[in-house]
Amino acid sequence: MSDKNSNHSDGQSRREAGPCGDAAGTKNFFKVLNLRKSIGEQKILRGVDLNIRRGETMVVIGRSGEGKSVFLKHLIGLMKPDSGSIVVEGKEVVGLKERQLRAVRHKVGILFQDGALFDSMTVAENVAFPLMEAGVKDRTVLLERVGQALDKVELAAHMAKMPINISGGMRKRVALARAIIAEPQCILYDEPTSGLDPVVSESIDRLIRRMQKELCVTSLVVTHDMDSVFRIADRVAYLREGKIYFLGTPQELRNSKDRFVRSFVEGRQIEDED
Amino acid sequence: MVRLIEMTGSLVTRFLRYQGEIAQLMLETLKAFFLGKVRWQLVGQQIVAIGFGSQLVVIVTGAFTGAVFAAQSYFKFSEFGMESAVGAVVSISMCRELGPVLTGLMVAGRVGASMAAEIGTMKVTEQIDALRAMGVHPIDYLVIPRTIAIMVSMPLLVAEAIGFGMVASHIIVVYGFKVPGAWYLNHVIEHTALIDISIGMIKGFVFSIVIVMIACHEGLTANNGAVGVGKGTTAAVVVSSLVLLIFNFFLSLILNYMSPLGSS
Repeated sequence: MSDKNSNHSDGQSRREAGPCGDAAGTKNFFKVLNLRKSIGEQKILRGVDLNIRRGETMVVIGRSGEGKSVFLKHLIGLMKPDSGSIVVEGKEVVGLKERQLRAVRHKVGILFQDGALFDSMTVAENVAFPLMEAGVKDRTVLLERVGQALDKVELAAHMAKMPINISGGMRKRVALARAIIAEPQCILYDEPTSGLDPVVSESIDRLIRRMQKELCVTSLVVTHDMDSVFRIADRVAYLREGKIYFLGTPQELRNSKDRFVRSFVEGRQIEDED
Repeated sequence: MVRLIEMTGSLVTRFLRYQGEIAQLMLETLKAFFLGKVRWQLVGQQIVAIGFGSQLVVIVTGAFTGAVFAAQSYFKFSEFGMESAVGAVVSISMCRELGPVLTGLMVAGRVGASMAAEIGTMKVTEQIDALRAMGVHPIDYLVIPRTIAIMVSMPLLVAEAIGFGMVASHIIVVYGFKVPGAWYLNHVIEHTALIDISIGMIKGFVFSIVIVMIACHEGLTANNGAVGVGKGTTAAVVVSSLVLLIFNFFLSLILNYMSPLGSS
């Protein structure tokens, strides 16, 4: 447990300069305090405390069913917590109504686990959707921006296809293009590399990294892909039993002596874990 | 005995909760008309899907209902030498009851099921969450266009069903059973007022709200994957059909009180 506590403080102090100049790394984009959520009888989140700094890439890891995706959905009000506080860029979002959350959601892009592309639209229409909703009507501008976004995920040749006619990995990349096209300040990634081949996974990781470096995008990535964690993370939070059990840098995660952390990182079962 | 009370209580609670949810959806939809953004392109697409897409169903339903009703009425009325009254009976029945109710049931089956399945699938595949994440209110994007479209389409579909029913009955009685056409037509015109057609269209309008609210609610509350979407779709058709029939009874009483049959 001492390991956990020390990692907490080390993780907080690591990136003082931040990746995007002086302002980054010192101000929180998300500030989550004592977040609790139960679904039915099951307690999913049991008091999550986590600050995500502007411009950093925070990776949340944890076993399946630990509530990583639930946590991510809470950040932009897609789920309502039982109690706790979520502050996005200084604005408390818990308790806001659907229409009041609009301003916050426009700052944040999200990549859903299965892409969540609109079945009734082509790839290009899906990617153009956030821009069209933002009021961009010029067809030339739309086509250019859609082309650029799809280029980044290497899918510019598949613009006219329907989501049903492309593979799962391609759907995920289209969803990523949709998440980044409006150039949000923050992008939430729910399992961005699951189901992708290693080459594509690496290219997605590079894209996440590039978004952060070039555009100073704050990223929160939920994943179990440890290769990905070590490639992209500035800091790593390990969610266990509904709480942040470990918070630190990838190096601190790798060097951790805590048996639960080691078990997760090394991908082996703990004998006496109930 | 305790179990019976528990079951009754549970049923009543579920029924009340369902009513509350529908009322809440109606209120949110009403609010969205004023606060939200109406996407007229989507409204147009939905009018095509609901109105134009229901043409075959409505024409066949209206025409064959009018024809069979005229034939049955003729068989009985001819025993008393009242063949000419067939037109009046068919006209009033088609306008006030058969036209709106059968059109409502057909649209509930075709359009209600489609709405519930489409929205339900979007719900279980996180497409609705994706909309919300992009700052688009699902009521604005999914419910409002469908509501406007069905409210415009249904009264017209009812009028169309009535029209085709009348034409079919005329063909059957005049050309099939050789009742003089002028005589038949005169009875139809004499006993049918504008209010009778209006009553059919008013009913169509009310039924449209019933269908769209129940279908959208079933879609928006779908869960448990494909099974949940299937259940929601079935519930949308069954519940909206039953509610439509019950509403029709009360609407008939109210509208007949406001405009009694034969008063015009």
